Order: sequence, then C-alpha cells, then structure tokens
Amino acid sequence: MISRRVASENPDRLYTVTGGRSHTDESSMDMVTLIVSECDPTPGMQSEHVKILQMCRQPMAVVEVSSELKLPISVVRILLCDLLDTGRITARHPPKAPAKAQLPNPEILEQVLVGLQNL
Amino acid sequence: MDFRTSDPPVRTPLRNTMTTGLKIVVVGGFGVGKTTMVRSVSEIRPLSTEETMTQAGLGIDDASGVQTKSTTTVAFDFGRISLNDQMVLYLFGAPGQERFWFLWDRLFSGTLGAVVLVDVRRLADSWYAIDRLEHHGMPFIVARNNFDEPAHPLEKIREALDLSDDVPLIDCDARQRDSSKAVLIALVNHLHALSSARGVTR
Repeated sequence: MISRRVASENPDRLYTVTGGRSHTDESSMDMVTLIVSECDPTPGMQSEHVKILQMCRQPMAVVEVSSELKLPISVVRILLCDLLDTGRITARHPPKAPAKAQLPNPEILEQVLVGLQNL
Repeated sequence: MDFRTSDPPVRTPLRNTMTTGLKIVVVGGFGVGKTTMVRSVSEIRPLSTEETMTQAGLGIDDASGVQTKSTTTVAFDFGRISLNDQMVLYLFGAPGQERFWFLWDRLFSGTLGAVVLVDVRRLADSWYAIDRLEHHGMPFIVARNNFDEPAHPLEKIREALDLSDDVPLIDCDARQRDSSKAVLIALVNHLHALSSARGVTR
C-alpha cells in the first residue's frame, strides 16, 4: 500500500516502490485496484495514456477507468501496466484475494458494516 | 443528503485518502432489479463496462460449450459507496447467465460476498447462480425483490430454491435505498458471522 507521502514523491522512487511491475503482473491488477497519476501527460503520449493520467489525478478504480475509456477491462489492465512500469501511475491494491472458500478478515467486515450503517 | 439532479456530473472523484477498494456482487437474471439496487445505494450514477473473453476462456467447465474462434462480451453495471476515508465499496450488478461465470475468477476473486436477487416469477434463473456461487466457494445471501406485495411466504421460496437453512433469505424492495442498504448489511453480518465462526474453530 502506498502512503500519500510516498505518492507525492518523484516517479523514479515510485518505480522502486511498485517493484517495477511488468506486463506479466497484469492479472494482479484487480478491478477495484485504485489508480493514481504521478505525473502530467507529456506531448506524444498515447491518447489513452493521456486520458488515464488526467482521470486519475484523484484515485480511480480500474473498473471506472474501463468504463470511462469504454474499453474492456483486460485492455485497460495492459494500458495501466504500461504506465505503472514507467512510474507514471501508482496502484493501491485491495486486500489480497483470499484463497477459495476463505472469508474476509473480520476487522475489514466490521469497518464495512459501520460504513454501510452510516449511509 | 444525496441529490440526484437531472444532469449528474460526469464523474464524482474519490477522496485522495482512499487506499482500499472492496467488492460485493449482486447476481440475478435479467430484469430482476440488480441495477435498480445498485442505483438505490450508489453515490454515483451506475456505470457500465464490459470484459471480453477469447476462445481460451470458453468451455473450461463444459467441454460441450466450446465455441468457434470468437470473442464473447459480458457487460455489467456497477456503483460505488465510500465507506470511510480509506475504504470504498464497489457494488457490481452481474448477469447470472452461463458465460458470466467463466469470468468469475478473473474479475470477482476477492469479492467479499454476493447477493442473489430473486424474482419469484423466474426462480430457475436463481438456481444456476446459487449453484455457481457454491461451486466458487463464495458466501452469499438471497434477497427476494418485491415490486409488489409478495404472494408467498419466504419459507416457500426457501423450499423452492432448496436453500440450506444457514443461508439468510430476506425480502427487499430494490428501489428503496433503506431496503437495499439492509440487504447489504445482512450480507456483511452473515460474512462476519461465518468469518468469526471460522476463527474460533482454528
């Protein structure tokens, strides 16, 4: 998980923080992984990349990016991996998906419950 | 309070402090009220997106279902609830039809739990969804959506669905925010009970 302080640092450092993810890791990008831009678009950048950097100035889930770009999730994951590899975005991943038939952490569920009750 | 203007903003950004995205899935047949439920509790106008499947993804569970070289698209709706400054819950309305389940592992692994939304006029749609959720080991509750006064007691529905006693079955009106909220709370309470029980036995 990337703290705000880290998220405001320069992209080179963030590249290290994200572990220099490669395309083979794209399946690790969950639909609800939150994406945050770490830089502004630059001239000559692929238009989808430009849109992503603009949209993700505030955190945005992969599925929302997909909806906004009107592109399938698998395509968006690849675009996002390009940006992640070059440190232009950071990714805030959800709690690790539990193995089959395992249940979520009760503490997370308690927070969800409070959030829902406050709706 | 929430206001829904006739021309909602294109997008309401999340707070910068958000770190954790969570998922709950509402599964049900066409027209049962999935999107209605998502809309009634979501802080954003429901959005939709899609995922494509290539041949490789088809026919994994069912050899007879292998298709020719083509891609299949599954579309689904989603909404969003900011739970606190760090956690945001995404609520997905997903069609329960066969091809959707091929995508489950790719899209819905890590889902907290599921709501099976039932239309009593089309119970058969729900059998398949319940069977698939059990197959994936995904905890769920069942909610009967009533746009009108229900004609049968819930216990009849439990019998008709052959639903085990430990799966909560409740009534709801997906158009009502409070009712949809109660469904989500019932699900999370159920998950918490299961999770705590599991912790004790460990």
